[in-house]
Amino acid sequence: MPWNSHWVGVADFLAMGGYASYVWISIGACALAVLIESLQLRRRHRAAARRVSQLRGEA
Amino acid sequence: MGWIAVGVLSLGVATAFTLKAFNSNLVFFITPTQVAAGEAPQARVFRVGGLVKSGSVDRSEMTVRFVITDTAKEVPVQYQGILPDLFREGKGVVAQGKLDGQGRFIASEVLAKHDENYMPPEASHALAQARNQAGTPPQPERTP
Amino acid sequence: MNRWLHFASPQRFYPLAGRLMPWLVVSAALLALAGLAIGLLIAPSDAQQGEGYRIIFVHVPASWMSMFIYLVMAFWAGVGLVLNTRLSSMMAQALAPTGAMFALLSLLTGALWGKPMWGAWWVWDARLTSELILLFLYLGFIALYSSIEDPSRADRASAVLALVGAVNVPIIYFSVKWWSTLHQGASVSLTRSPSMAVTMLWGMGIMVLAFWAYAIAVALARVRCIILEREARAEWVKYAVE
Repeated sequence: MPWNSHWVGVADFLAMGGYASYVWISIGACALAVLIESLQLRRRHRAAARRVSQLRGEA
Repeated sequence: MGWIAVGVLSLGVATAFTLKAFNSNLVFFITPTQVAAGEAPQARVFRVGGLVKSGSVDRSEMTVRFVITDTAKEVPVQYQGILPDLFREGKGVVAQGKLDGQGRFIASEVLAKHDENYMPPEASHALAQARNQAGTPPQPERTP
Repeated sequence: MNRWLHFASPQRFYPLAGRLMPWLVVSAALLALAGLAIGLLIAPSDAQQGEGYRIIFVHVPASWMSMFIYLVMAFWAGVGLVLNTRLSSMMAQALAPTGAMFALLSLLTGALWGKPMWGAWWVWDARLTSELILLFLYLGFIALYSSIEDPSRADRASAVLALVGAVNVPIIYFSVKWWSTLHQGASVSLTRSPSMAVTMLWGMGIMVLAFWAYAIAVALARVRCIILEREARAEWVKYAVE
């Protein structure tokens, strides 16, 4: 299989044969979900660690 | 407190969907053979599925006429509206509508049903050629 | 066996999960890049659907993960219910939000695929309906846990829900075989050779691995949060957090 045997240019690639919005929104939604979940988890871990430090300070 | 409401609500919705699904929608469509056998509801909307018979598509102005076949029986369909991209002769289709008095199916919605095969156009072309050379008629897709 | 039980305590598991996470995150990122490059750039277009079929490279992995995570979640919930092990119940809780996210993505990308190809965003066929039920089972599981104050009672109640709901997973999987659906049959199955071009299959397989690595990484990250939250007063936790 030759590399990119059907490559005809960036504009054509982005157009996805007329299905651009469907394909890119699908992939974008997955990327967005991953981003939101990662940020949310980081926040949650920080909050949990902060609480542990507080409890340690009280003790 | 809010979570209890969400929990009860989503369980309720899930149950409702399950009942709805098991009630009428497990069978999404019936075949032309079933229609011919009189299994189609008379005055109610239902769905017929099968293949678009090759050469049967006739577009005149706003109306499309075509035949749905399961290779045993056929149902003639009349439809006004936009067809999906994958509506093609010899390919899968599911139409929703009612039978008129003369055994014609008046569709209010036409959906394309594609198969689970994915291949590049060249491979598809080669496959069709090989079939023609072997002398066998093009095989209909696996009807569900 | 003893070596595995060694990590069954939250105290031992917490640092182990922390050490595994970076590797899983890096693997997920590299696999996703490779999978998307193959799927979007190298794989040929489809004879029927042109470029539109490329949604498959996110739709199928998301759908598989939504079903698989549910089974793993139900398994850990069941282990927690029977053996009363704290970590297993935490694991089940850690998996649920990610499973729900994949179920939602499966439905969303499926709608975006169905509209141009079938001609409908949504139909009430057995496959789509049972996947929607899966999303509601996840939400019900999360909601039930959150609605009960006492964690161990909440674990037991939600475990029962998870185990009962597991029946839905084979229903989703076999729906396209058992009933007439608008959704097509499986392209990749254990019983027969795949009905896809080889490069497409590679793209999809690598994307599935990427989603796997991501799901494990996120589940470990979340179980670490849950451990800290539930064991905040335990002596060892004081030394686990800098």
